[in-house]
Amino acid sequence: MDPLLTGDLTAGDVGIVLLKVVVVFVFLLVAVMLMIWFERKLVSDMQNRIGPDLAGPWGILQSLADGVKFFFKEDLKPLRADLGVFRLAPYLSIIPAFLAFCIVPIGGNFQGDDNGVVTILGHDTFLQVADPPIGILFFLALSSVAVYGVMLAGWSSGSKYPLLGSVRATAQMVSYEAALGLSVATVVLLTGTLSTHGIVDAQADSFRDWNILAAGFIPFAIFLMAGTAELNRPPFDLVEAEQEIVGGFHTEYSSIRFALFFLAEFMNVITMSAIIVTLFLGGPAGPQLFGPDLLWGPVWFFAKVFCFLFVFVWFRATLPRFRYDQLMDLGWKALIPLALGWLLLLAVIQVFRDRGWGAPEIAVPIGVAFVVMLGGYALLLRAIGTARTERAASDGVEVFD
Amino acid sequence: MGYLEGFAVTFKKLFEDRVTAPYPEQKAPKPLRLHGRHVLNRYEDGMEKCIGCELCAGVCPAKCIYVRGADNPPDDPVSPGERWGFIYEINYLRCIHCDLCVEACPTEAITESKLFEFSFTNRQDAIYTRDELLVGDDGKPQQLPWEDWREGEDLFSSAWMRATASAGNAEYEGVVAWSGELGYGVRAPEQGQRVAPDVSPGDEASAEER
Repeated sequence: MDPLLTGDLTAGDVGIVLLKVVVVFVFLLVAVMLMIWFERKLVSDMQNRIGPDLAGPWGILQSLADGVKFFFKEDLKPLRADLGVFRLAPYLSIIPAFLAFCIVPIGGNFQGDDNGVVTILGHDTFLQVADPPIGILFFLALSSVAVYGVMLAGWSSGSKYPLLGSVRATAQMVSYEAALGLSVATVVLLTGTLSTHGIVDAQADSFRDWNILAAGFIPFAIFLMAGTAELNRPPFDLVEAEQEIVGGFHTEYSSIRFALFFLAEFMNVITMSAIIVTLFLGGPAGPQLFGPDLLWGPVWFFAKVFCFLFVFVWFRATLPRFRYDQLMDLGWKALIPLALGWLLLLAVIQVFRDRGWGAPEIAVPIGVAFVVMLGGYALLLRAIGTARTERAASDGVEVFD
Repeated sequence: MGYLEGFAVTFKKLFEDRVTAPYPEQKAPKPLRLHGRHVLNRYEDGMEKCIGCELCAGVCPAKCIYVRGADNPPDDPVSPGERWGFIYEINYLRCIHCDLCVEACPTEAITESKLFEFSFTNRQDAIYTRDELLVGDDGKPQQLPWEDWREGEDLFSSAWMRATASAGNAEYEGVVAWSGELGYGVRAPEQGQRVAPDVSPGDEASAEER
């Protein structure tokens, strides 16, 4: 619980909360602006191009110029659009994007007894806008709400390509949310808390406690992949596959309404990176080198976030888009079973640990279970193969596959 | 590890040279025969080459050329022929710079310069008239205020068309056989072209007989 909100609520407390809200709001807007520029610049670097270089030094003001342009463009409304929903959809996208960042702790020293508490203007508080007890579930809930933004945008446009895009988006985001949720569940299982502050606190002591190692890398890899799919970014950008369905769900949007979608998309990239850092890389954890303690939390946090922003752009520059069936195969046949299996494994280990068993004692039942599972799988494959050849023999058809 | 090789490729690109030119500041050299804005050429004595035959307008696939011919005034002729083009307009909103007008022209009156960087803010300005297309008294294309001419771009705006087998006769392939023009006289041959000083319009018929 945030120490700011324990005890009586004073005007100063409200002021601190408002200050944090404003800081995060402004930070997100500026960060999105820089992120768009960074992405364009880095992708062009990876393609031997120059990228935007006219607006400001190194073209850093390019997104600002684009934003100004968006404001002055005509706001087109398709004749067959359902106008109420059409107007609502961008906000269903942008508001969750803003809210999701609120639960991310961006600083504070968790290593000693401070418990991540910092003092701002004489008030003790956490360096995050809110620390709700439901914590990481809040993030999952908001990313589900964002699906509505995409879905309703495509549906209300009254046009075929947006509809196709939104159908793809809904199917994709719903399927990958399962894998995303399961890998979050492993983290929650290990740390024993849903609160993001608690999750960061549990990883604070040394980097061996970071969940990327503690949970055995697999949940991290699944989260990264499912997160990329959740963001509709390449190689999972079938939702806005330009070559196939024009712009996908936002085809009919123009002017500032389109800008809101664009803003939400890039804001989600930043938020997703921040959530990965929080869940798996210890959030603001890192050595306090010199100077004030307050400084190093945010420095480490943003350095880690920046690495993931780089990785997301790198994905985009490297990987070609998935085909739709490949996308569904990866989600349902690879990521979800793997995430589920890993969750079960970690849960079993956790139960044994709670009973005070040592490593060899844990390894035996798990090994036995694994052998049994492999045996069962082999039998299943054999049964399927036999059934197939028998059916083929009775039909007189050659067996493919 | 096929996937990871791809990541290495894109990462290596970060440290390679860029192939893109920063366009407005730095321009790639233009090919010698780039198809740009047209010019109407004149003979060495200042006479216009255009005879108002409208072949260019006829061949134009985009229908962007409008020409009207008129009889030359006997006391003050504009062109050495019987007629002259008293209206000559090209609409650059329609022109596709295919160069067919240049190939159709029997007198090398219309050729294309290398200029493509020009702009206008209304549709009327997109129509170049005869006054704007004609070369100046130095034989070079007029440099109009809304055009971005660079050093050397106005030099080779004409006199290469008939180097490629006039009348389709293979005997004349690569042979220089063009008329003189204002400011330059008869232009020197380009690389790969022969000079044939004895070739004159009268010889063409005998060349065909051979």
